[in-house]
Amino acid sequence: MIRLERVTKMYKTSTRPALDRVSVSIDKGEFVFLIGPSGSGKSTFLRLLLREDVPTRGSIFVADLDVAKLPRRRVPRLRQRIGCVFQDFRLLPNKTVGANVAFALEVIGKSGPTIRKVVPEVLQLVGLEGKADRMPHELSGGEQQRVAIARAFVNRPLVLLADEPTGNLDPDISQDIMLLLERINRTGTTVLMATHDHSIVDSMRRRVVELDLGQVVRDESRGVYGVGR
Amino acid sequence: MRSDFVTREVLTGLRRNVTMTVAMVLTTAISLGLVGTGLLAVRTIDATESIYSDRLEVQVALTQDVSAADHDCTQPICTGLKATLENSPLVASVRFESQQQAYERFQELFAGQSIAEIARPQSLPATLRVKLADQNAGAEAVRQAMADQVGVRTVIDQRDVVGKLFDFLAGVRNVTFTLALVQAVAALLLISNTVQVSAYTRRAEVGVMRLVGATRWYTQLPFLIEAVVTGVVGAVLASIGLISAKFLFIDDLLAGIAQNGVIPPIGLLDVVQTSFYLLPIGALIAGITGYVTLRLYVKV
Ligand SMILES: Nc1ncnc2c1ncn2[C@@H]1O[C@H](COP(=O)(O)OP(=O)(O)O)[C@@H](O)[C@H]1O
Ligand SMILES: [Mg+2]
Repeated sequence: MIRLERVTKMYKTSTRPALDRVSVSIDKGEFVFLIGPSGSGKSTFLRLLLREDVPTRGSIFVADLDVAKLPRRRVPRLRQRIGCVFQDFRLLPNKTVGANVAFALEVIGKSGPTIRKVVPEVLQLVGLEGKADRMPHELSGGEQQRVAIARAFVNRPLVLLADEPTGNLDPDISQDIMLLLERINRTGTTVLMATHDHSIVDSMRRRVVELDLGQVVRDESRGVYGVGR
Repeated sequence: MRSDFVTREVLTGLRRNVTMTVAMVLTTAISLGLVGTGLLAVRTIDATESIYSDRLEVQVALTQDVSAADHDCTQPICTGLKATLENSPLVASVRFESQQQAYERFQELFAGQSIAEIARPQSLPATLRVKLADQNAGAEAVRQAMADQVGVRTVIDQRDVVGKLFDFLAGVRNVTFTLALVQAVAALLLISNTVQVSAYTRRAEVGVMRLVGATRWYTQLPFLIEAVVTGVVGAVLASIGLISAKFLFIDDLLAGIAQNGVIPPIGLLDVVQTSFYLLPIGALIAGITGYVTLRLYVKV
């Protein structure tokens, strides 16, 4: 589903590569933690998968698409197959919860009837039934992140990328979010989550890919955060 | 493409910075109004030229003694000159106007003015009035054929006189087109700036759109349509302005000269047709400006 082959990313303004000859392969339906200290290259990894940026060397494949070589006009198609959530939620503050989720479908041309059917379903899946008409600022942080997850998942992407989705949340709220991501993973969606939250990684016992200074220093199938450090 | 989505985004976009939208519309309207004025000036110049090209004459004024002696062009000098002119292939027709006829026309032209009382028939020359078959080379040919002939005082080409009028109209055209150009630059900068501001205020939306895989059409079209709507509204205002201007002062301004048949009047149809051109011009220019701005300055 996701494959990186000796991917190196050099930012123009920096002397050391943000990613250094990274090779990782992730199968369909896997749940993978991408861990490492701040600045180790986790966000860069995700940005390259989304074609927010292109690698300096190496190739990237997401669902059979050669991401680095994808012509600009095909990029939307790639992004429609990938859902994405961030630490800062990135909801539109002037739209209701329902409108935020619907927006993601509207702008890729989904029809009105489809949207009216699918949005309530996904809000129920993330546990926000009955809150479609709230504004984002009326919700708690955990609820806002659920809206963001609903928006990322509403188009049934093949892959869900999450960049420190629990970074702004309390530990018990974080646990709820992890349960939600697990549920999404059980629908067959591949989940790749960047984090440096030890307790979450330790409690989940999933595959762990660890980056340090842009290099893969560990790739373990049922890993914990702290081993070997 | 979902039209309800685009419509909604455009309306919120236009509402979001109303002052900017109004400034943009007004500048565009003034610019297009000036373009329209210039086009009307061009149209008037053309119409005037075509009126005159078959009406203008070259006048061969005869000397004092010939004018006084010959009242119907039957004496040798006058008939000789007339024959020479009529034999030229560049000449369509020649008509003789005697001193007395010239005097009557003069009285008519300056009726009620003191100059009419001072004039005597003897002080006006008899003329041979030449209509040209060839508007371009004819006047010069007549001038050459009549130069140094006995009995000829001067040769007057009426187009030299009317030329001043054309110069004036051309001046109006040049001034309005120059002003239109300056205004157009202002309008373009405003449109470009508005698109940039609009894109900036919508950066969160555009960010989400990019993230979920919206195509360029979806991310850019609202901005483009915003610009085009501005151009179209500007053109409509400009048209209304032109039509009001016709009734409010152009008609009055031209009334005197138009009634004398010097300049053809500007009809409502002319104004409406000109306005009709402004619409696509406004839409196209605004659209292109918006597109270029998005390409150059805005990552969408
Ligand atoms: N846009 C950028 N331009 C230049 N350097 C960058 C940019 N983004 C990240 N970096 C650098 O790349 C390295 C990896 O950053 P990042 O991928 O954000 O790591 P992480 O998400 O693990 O904290 C850091 O050294 C960071 O300073
Ligand atoms: Mg990061």
